Amino acid sequence: MNVLDVDYMLGLVPVLLSYLPLTLEMAGAGMVLALILACLLAVVRVLAIPGLNALTLLFISFFRGTPLLVQLFLFYYGLPQLFSALTEINGITATILGLTLHFSAYMAESIRAAIVGVDRSQTEAALSIGMTNGQLMRRIVLPQATRIAVPTLMNYFIDMIKATSLAFTLGVTELMGATQKEAAGSFLYFEAFITVAVIYWGIVELLAWLQRRLEARFNEAYQR
Amino acid sequence: MIVVEGLIKHFQDSAVLSGIDLQIQQGEIIVVIGPSGTGKSTLLRCLNFLERPDAGRIRIGNLDVDAARPRKADILALRRATAFVFQNYALFANKTALENIIEGLIVVNRWPKAKAQARGREILERIGLADKADAYPASLSGGQQQRVGIGRAMAAQAEVILFDEPTSSLDPEWVEEVLGLMKQLAEERQTMLVVTHEMAFARDVADRVIFMEGGRIVEQGPPSELFSAPRDPRTRDFLRKVLANQAPLES
Repeated sequence: MNVLDVDYMLGLVPVLLSYLPLTLEMAGAGMVLALILACLLAVVRVLAIPGLNALTLLFISFFRGTPLLVQLFLFYYGLPQLFSALTEINGITATILGLTLHFSAYMAESIRAAIVGVDRSQTEAALSIGMTNGQLMRRIVLPQATRIAVPTLMNYFIDMIKATSLAFTLGVTELMGATQKEAAGSFLYFEAFITVAVIYWGIVELLAWLQRRLEARFNEAYQR
Repeated sequence: MIVVEGLIKHFQDSAVLSGIDLQIQQGEIIVVIGPSGTGKSTLLRCLNFLERPDAGRIRIGNLDVDAARPRKADILALRRATAFVFQNYALFANKTALENIIEGLIVVNRWPKAKAQARGREILERIGLADKADAYPASLSGGQQQRVGIGRAMAAQAEVILFDEPTSSLDPEWVEEVLGLMKQLAEERQTMLVVTHEMAFARDVADRVIFMEGGRIVEQGPPSELFSAPRDPRTRDFLRKVLANQAPLES
């Protein structure tokens, strides 16, 4: 067995890190869009708006029920065949679209659960002092729902960062795609992939640390 | 003055309130007693529109609400004229004691923050929790939480404070401090409508005691009459059962 080529790995780090912004861009855009969509879906579910509620359930069922990779191929290779205007869809856009729809389906359910999880009697108390529904949501329910939802939403964000590596299958040269190219050039597959694994791991640990700090702040009000 | 006429409320097919008529004078302290499930809490919740009555009329001051066809503005106005104290306190868990008390002043009455805080600290003083202004509900005892709940109702400066079994969730050790605060409010002639099983409180503090059963007011009168000479057999039966478990009520 050959000894690990450490010098090659160290040299690879800055090369791979130059692709990190694209990875984070896709995950960041996907997360923001997914959050917005998920909030809308969650509100439809909480209020059980007739008609829309059924559509939302169908949407959630489909995007949770099929693999992300299938969805990405559907958007990138499949849609342009149906709509010629979409022939120009690039891999990055298709990835962001896929991440948004896929993860919003999961996040909608956890946001819904968080809203429902806020103690019902506090809602009554807010109404009893004459708050409107909007004031009730803004001042009482959403701040507390956020606290409940943050851990799971951060988990989805972490998942999403790793899922951006699938963009490589759509020909996007992001972190994973770049690693694959480097490895194919040097034949040092183990070194290349263990390096990229450590980079993903580091980002995720950084986020997990951020998550713990956020949770600690949110929990201040709940210490006995 | 508060006037309730023909208040009716059904849940599914069963009538919970079958026509309640009630007048409350300003400064009057009324205690509502009766077996569980006879609509006492529902009556309070209907007055605050936490429960929507099916029919009837509620008048408070200049406000006149047809309960069957309330406008949105009516409901808000009614809620602002009636403050509510909950059995389980229902404090806002994400807000401190002070913030709980002044939330309504800031959001509903749109007071400037400094003015609301000054008023909030006055109330904290009166409820004996001046040192707990920045404490969150989770760090307060049950008795302290309920006093904050009462403080929140006091801040609303409502025509009437509705107390829905305010001591029923409390450990026995905290009951006295909450009842003491309610007595203090009664002495200040704060109009109060109290649903409770604390018969001694009813006897000592109430101007009028109402006995409800089966969604109706069966009998009402000053505590001295109602407790010593109840006219209706249902009242007698209820009092006999309840007083058997409590300290005797001779005055």
